[in-house]
Amino acid sequence: MASDLPASARPASVVFYNDPRVRSIAYQVALCAVVVFLVYGAASNAIENLARARIASGFGFWDQTAGFDISQTLIEYSSRTSTYGRAFWVGLLNTLLVAGIGIVLATILGFIIGISRLSSNWLLAKAAGCYVELVRNLPLLLQLLFWYNAVLKTLPDIRDSFSIGGRVFLNNRGLFLPTPIFKHGFGGAEIALLIGIIGATAYRIWARKRQERTGRQAPVLWVTLALVIGLPLATFILSGAPLSFEFPQAGRFNITGGTEVLPEFVALLFGLTIYTAAFIAEVVRAGILAVSRGQSEAAFSLGLRPGPTLRLIVVPQAMRVIIPPLTSQYLNLTKNSSLAVAIGYPDLVQVFTGTVLNQTGQAVEVVAITMLVYLVISLATSLLMNIYNSRMALKER
Amino acid sequence: MTMSEGDLAVAELAFVRHTTIAPRPPPATMTGALGWVRANLLSSPFNIVLTILIVGLLAWAIPEIVKFLFIDAVWTGNDRDACLASVQHREIGACWPFVWERLPYFIYGSYPISERWRVDVFFVMLAVGIVWLLWLNAPRRDLGAIYFFLILPVTSFILLTGWSAIGLRPVDTVLWGGVLVTIVVAAVGIVCSLPLGILLALGRRSRMPTVRLLSVIFIEFVRGVPLVTVLFMASVMLPLFIPEQWSPDKLVRALVGIALFASAYMAEVVRAGLQAIPKGQYEGAMAVGLRYAPMMRLVVLPQALNVTIPNIVNTYIGLFKDTTLVFIVGIFDLLRTIEVARIDPKWAAPVTSTTGYAVAAIFYLVFCYGMSRYARAMETRLRRGDRR
Repeated sequence: MASDLPASARPASVVFYNDPRVRSIAYQVALCAVVVFLVYGAASNAIENLARARIASGFGFWDQTAGFDISQTLIEYSSRTSTYGRAFWVGLLNTLLVAGIGIVLATILGFIIGISRLSSNWLLAKAAGCYVELVRNLPLLLQLLFWYNAVLKTLPDIRDSFSIGGRVFLNNRGLFLPTPIFKHGFGGAEIALLIGIIGATAYRIWARKRQERTGRQAPVLWVTLALVIGLPLATFILSGAPLSFEFPQAGRFNITGGTEVLPEFVALLFGLTIYTAAFIAEVVRAGILAVSRGQSEAAFSLGLRPGPTLRLIVVPQAMRVIIPPLTSQYLNLTKNSSLAVAIGYPDLVQVFTGTVLNQTGQAVEVVAITMLVYLVISLATSLLMNIYNSRMALKER
Repeated sequence: MTMSEGDLAVAELAFVRHTTIAPRPPPATMTGALGWVRANLLSSPFNIVLTILIVGLLAWAIPEIVKFLFIDAVWTGNDRDACLASVQHREIGACWPFVWERLPYFIYGSYPISERWRVDVFFVMLAVGIVWLLWLNAPRRDLGAIYFFLILPVTSFILLTGWSAIGLRPVDTVLWGGVLVTIVVAAVGIVCSLPLGILLALGRRSRMPTVRLLSVIFIEFVRGVPLVTVLFMASVMLPLFIPEQWSPDKLVRALVGIALFASAYMAEVVRAGLQAIPKGQYEGAMAVGLRYAPMMRLVVLPQALNVTIPNIVNTYIGLFKDTTLVFIVGIFDLLRTIEVARIDPKWAAPVTSTTGYAVAAIFYLVFCYGMSRYARAMETRLRRGDRR
């Protein structure tokens, strides 16, 4: 009890405004007051300004007819009947499409370049280093404009388009590919693929368990290939190859049929892939360098060949270092895809924050929805990666 | 018997060499240029294939680039005819007269010609400030910091926007453009993001829950959305939140967006630095009786910032590249002036775009590569300190 202590050991009485707890509460109250004041001021100003400009508020615009065309739609969309809400989904899907393909390509290119930088081949290492330095030090927007305006837009026009066997065309209006047409009976191959994937996964689990128990290795790779590729292929051929292609036809002024890949899409994909690959290469290089030399030396001394050493010893440990920054690169790529607005690829920002915002004038709602989408993507990805990371992390006892 | 059989055998031999033979030089194929080539370029069949491929690629690319930039380039001319292959009847490379004629536009935008000396003075003042801060052995770097973070912003604001009272004609920011805008945006981002970022980082590590919560929300929100949307927000939503008579102009709105965006990223960099400071430093500072502010100012932050200088510079590189995004909200930075000039009918030709982009590329490459070299030099310097 405090009163039992001698006077010298009792804490000196403090004036209340010098008490750290009182101060801390005072600071926090003051901060909250400022924030509330700012938010209140902004909100009341916004209401007043919106009323003066006669701009509606609320999300009523979501169900109104959009009335504008979008050049690339993954889901059904028409300017006359579709709503702004539909346009939002079209834009979002376009963003996810370019981000998804970009992530796969950038990962492949980034790993190749990152490993090349550590190659014993001097020329290869230097070339990879130059690539990384050049690409990382140029703004992405400049690269996008270059690919779009200086490369793809200077391709020949339709009459002189490049073609591969008269089946695939490349010109300044885009890339024209054959469209696959699935006939009746193609479903069999799809079911076979599904069975193959399930079977391969089950086989992998069984093989791993058996290896842990007995030490005997199973030919996992060959069985997986046979199940995932061989089985659907066999079904496909046995059911009489129910697939044909619709080839693009070159006319005088236009190309009809086939699948058109927009030059905007190609430019954006190129730019994002090349830019992000340079960053991924640095991540990969740092990850591999983080695995100490002793690890691979120990593996060699156990008699492992270079291939298995890389696969079983170095890569699993490097991945632990690589995964977290790799995730943030994936997120960066997704966020950078919003630069599509500069070259006119109809992504979420171009369609929604661009056209829809201009038509409705509802800046607050539109920008808030767009930001929310990116926030959800970011937070969901970091959540997933945190789970993965905690599973991969070093288990220290 | 003291002599062994072996000694007897030696004694009977006619010749015994008592000195060692001088070591022979390694085979010629293992040393010198040839050895280096063998070890570094041709060490395995796979490497030989790679080397051939890369040499082939370089042999194709380098002459093409040199041809475009110099040999086929057009050096004189008055309009697009000089740079059109159909007029000149030869292959055309870079169109340099276009760059030469538009260079003032690329640097100053539409800034009034008679007032452009003010922009030059601003560039010089900025260069002085940067050198003062970055050159670690410069005299009175504390004054340099005051100059850079306090005097420079105020004087350059007066200089560039004008102040009738001292005879500087006001210049509307709509007229600004080119390198001037790029540098202004980058400089405002750099100057604002560090103090704001430090505050946010301290807030995120604060023991007060509200402060921590607000900092985390701000940082994670800004880092979770693309800069384009932040700029859109600044340019279309900011005017709504502010009484109409105070509504800032377009450039200021973009600057607010850039500064907020950069400070969130800077906060994370500074936080990493703060986390690298051992707990003992905090405890030591408290033990000598320092309160929060002096402890941070005198003990923790100097160490934390020193450790993070390379990362801070890397954030600045990112910021410098991101300044191009103001293009999207309609501000005439360097990239946009090039974009406008290249489609100008007077010069529009197939090669004009590539020439313009080449100029922009060289500009950004010089600045960003310079900064990254600086960051790397700082890193080695810091590591040298660790080893000692």
